[in-house]
Amino acid sequence: MRSENQRRLLTRGECAELFEQAAGAARALGVDDIEVIVAAGSSALTRFANNAIHQNVAERAGQLSVRLIIEGRTARASTNRMDHASIREVVEEAALLTKLQEPDGELLPLAERDDGPGVARRFDATAEVTPDERAREVATAIGIVEGAGQTAAGIYATSESMWAIFNSRGLAAYHPETMAQFSITAMARDSSGWAKGSACDHGDIDPASLAQSAARKAELSRAPVELPPGSYTVILEPAAVLDLVGEMFGDFSATAIRDGRSFLRDRIGQKLFGENITIHDDVYHALQAGAPFDGEGVPRARLALVQKGVIREVAYSRQAAHLELTKPTGHGFPAPNEVGEAPMNIVIAGGDTPLEEMIAATGRGILVTRLWYIREVDPYEKIMTGMTRDGTFLIEGGRIARGVRNFRFNQGLVELLSNVEALSPGVRASGEEAFDMVAPAMKVHNFHFTEVTRF
Amino acid sequence: MKQLALEALDAAVRRGVSYADVRAIEIRDRQVSTKNGKAGHVSSSVSMGLGIRVLAHGCWGFAATDDLSKMGIEAAAALALAIARAGTLARKQDVVLAPEEKYEAEWVSPVRIDPFSIPVDRNVALLLEVDRELRRNPGVTLAEGAMSFERRRQVFASSLGSVIDQTRYLSGVGYSALCYKDGEIQKRSYPNSFGGQHQLKGYELVEEWNLVENAARIAEEAVALHDADQCPELTCDLILDSSQLGLQIHESIGHPIELDRVLGSEANYAGMSFLTVDQLNRLRYGSDMVNVVSDARPEHGPGLGTFLFDDEGVPAQSTDIIRNGLFTGYLTSRETAPAIGQTRSNGAMRADGWGRIPLIRMTNVSLLPGDQTLAEVFEGTEHAIYMQTNRSWSIDDKRYNFQFGCEIGWEVKNGKRVRMLKNPSYSGISTEFWNACAAIAGPEHWILWGTPNCGKGQPEQVMGTGHGASPSRFSGIKVGGAYAE
Repeated sequence: MRSENQRRLLTRGECAELFEQAAGAARALGVDDIEVIVAAGSSALTRFANNAIHQNVAERAGQLSVRLIIEGRTARASTNRMDHASIREVVEEAALLTKLQEPDGELLPLAERDDGPGVARRFDATAEVTPDERAREVATAIGIVEGAGQTAAGIYATSESMWAIFNSRGLAAYHPETMAQFSITAMARDSSGWAKGSACDHGDIDPASLAQSAARKAELSRAPVELPPGSYTVILEPAAVLDLVGEMFGDFSATAIRDGRSFLRDRIGQKLFGENITIHDDVYHALQAGAPFDGEGVPRARLALVQKGVIREVAYSRQAAHLELTKPTGHGFPAPNEVGEAPMNIVIAGGDTPLEEMIAATGRGILVTRLWYIREVDPYEKIMTGMTRDGTFLIEGGRIARGVRNFRFNQGLVELLSNVEALSPGVRASGEEAFDMVAPAMKVHNFHFTEVTRF
Repeated sequence: MKQLALEALDAAVRRGVSYADVRAIEIRDRQVSTKNGKAGHVSSSVSMGLGIRVLAHGCWGFAATDDLSKMGIEAAAALALAIARAGTLARKQDVVLAPEEKYEAEWVSPVRIDPFSIPVDRNVALLLEVDRELRRNPGVTLAEGAMSFERRRQVFASSLGSVIDQTRYLSGVGYSALCYKDGEIQKRSYPNSFGGQHQLKGYELVEEWNLVENAARIAEEAVALHDADQCPELTCDLILDSSQLGLQIHESIGHPIELDRVLGSEANYAGMSFLTVDQLNRLRYGSDMVNVVSDARPEHGPGLGTFLFDDEGVPAQSTDIIRNGLFTGYLTSRETAPAIGQTRSNGAMRADGWGRIPLIRMTNVSLLPGDQTLAEVFEGTEHAIYMQTNRSWSIDDKRYNFQFGCEIGWEVKNGKRVRMLKNPSYSGISTEFWNACAAIAGPEHWILWGTPNCGKGQPEQVMGTGHGASPSRFSGIKVGGAYAE
């Protein structure tokens, strides 16, 4: 049953009506070129810790954002009020900001309509999950962890959202979506384990199974020993792969490369990674989420970012494509902005080595469940630092021997992706530092752990 | 807005709750940026909504809405109650709140120049003037500048009878020069990285920092870093400028003292803390000269954590966190304060907008100035490395082990800078680091820095926090480890 707070989302027709109101207000000011972005959603999240629900929230919010072009100038104004008077005010504000700009000879006209393929990512049942349903799933998960003599903390979140972009050149793109997320940390006296799942259809998430996985990791990592820092063979589970490797995808941007802030500057076409690394951006992949068009309304193209270790394609916004006489790829952020574009639907090609086989084939190594607080140390060598967390294990003789204290790493991503020995099949993975993606587990040699913490 | 807040409060109370509070908020902001001689983005936004928090059946429920019609408010109140009721399916014990008084207050943070009275073309013109100065140096390949301004009015109303109307003005400004050359990227920022300086001020903040006058130096340093020596890997004395020390405070003191984190509420995401409750008034957190307060009162300064009341209606306070090196205080809420035997919250509950519940957040967590001159900080050691302006930051989920990188370093011998060092970094364990504090410069060098991007909570909230610090020296710190082979 839909809760009282969750007014149904704006339909495509209602968005079109909002656009017409804004366009009318713009015409009244003598402005014809207008773009309107409408976003709205209802979300709810049940949070638990110490084996009890402790925060339990719901939010509904929307935004209408107007960009005008007036004689080579542009600016954006936004509001979350969608009544007629507020729409007129936000158009007037956008006009005021726009007229105060200097003309930009390189400013492009608004995008033309280009209907790409749609993707169906809205599920009624997920949109209608109630507080009681979330609480029951949470209670079951807590029961599993508590039954193992451990303490559980986590979230169960469900949401429904829509995103639309309309403009005065006929563009009318609209995308509705639902999303569910469940994550759980199981804590024992001196150890912990973690698991997380996300999907557009909440039926694809199994909270009980995730709770069992987290509890098993907490049990297996009891009484962790301290190992010295150094170079180890590591097996990174998919969540660890996505959070670490995910730090580089903002660099697959034509604007970032042009700016000299990307590690791919002067490296397009080079073989930077191992032969076994192939990465696409593919919003149409069955395990992906998100709208099939970008912040400028351009349909998202499938990009071969890396093929057999070679850097092949990068994302282009309309402005970046114009500067380099090529086509936009549908990865631009809403204009005006200085960042440009980025691929957001990453699919890292998997291999055929299941995680269990990777472990079985490892004489001595470290199994990493997840990583934490990853930050860039060097922007061109793409050295990242961060910590292991919630399930770090020593592998000896092809089996998990015991838990180890958490490490700090300082690891270059170019080196990492050149040292991959094996990949598991890809799965939809979810972490906390990068956006969700399709990623495999990776076995990597010569991974640099530089310090050890106290737990 | 007051009427909206009271209507929403009535809608909640009428349904039968043991406690309710409402925050009705209107936020107006402006963002301006420039990049290599052109406006980057110019935008403004307005957002208005309210959040209803109820305590019923011993559980919390919260619902936020931008539908401010009577029907929308009633629906949000009903949902908040339904959510609280659902919480009973996984309840261990009833939530009990520390007592608090009823307050009625109105407050507007002091501004000398309303930032929204300055036309946006003047914002852009100043940033472009800085941009020209930066790019006068041919080595600068990317010049970026930004300003941000926010006016946030919040009316808080609670079933205790409190009605608190606060308006806060927040301003931020900063710029950077990036130099890409031969497969290496170096960058310098002013007055701080990641957006510059942010305070509870009006446009006067922009005028205080001599932006144009410092641009040539910043550009020169960014370019010179390419030819500087790599920061060596060694253990030595470390001197930090006040902005980097502000972030050090944030990560290794500010987060560990959040009592909700200590008690496990953040275990699944932000993590927990090494500061277990048995450490209070026992742990030697720092050397004798280390004194840290959490102070939200306006008299502490115009920080991002300055207010008159927190987001559950508790007056702003100053709490001793570390007194002469001894750990003496946590950041608390009405729900958590009793867990450490305190009868009252010290007022650290904050939400990042109308759509989110308040969490324990840093206010202004500041290292009080010492009694040494800046010269004494530098001259009190034969050999040190001086680091300025944060470049990267990372700390484990219990806040023991940290590593920071800075934009620029200097080798210091007998008080004099003898050479520039690139890619400087340092690392350590929080309590060992603060116990190694050997010198703190005096109040004339103390700056209340703003950290505008502190993340916590699920769903994540981004909060601004304040951190006062003056340049300080630490003995025997491991440096250069981030680039170790």
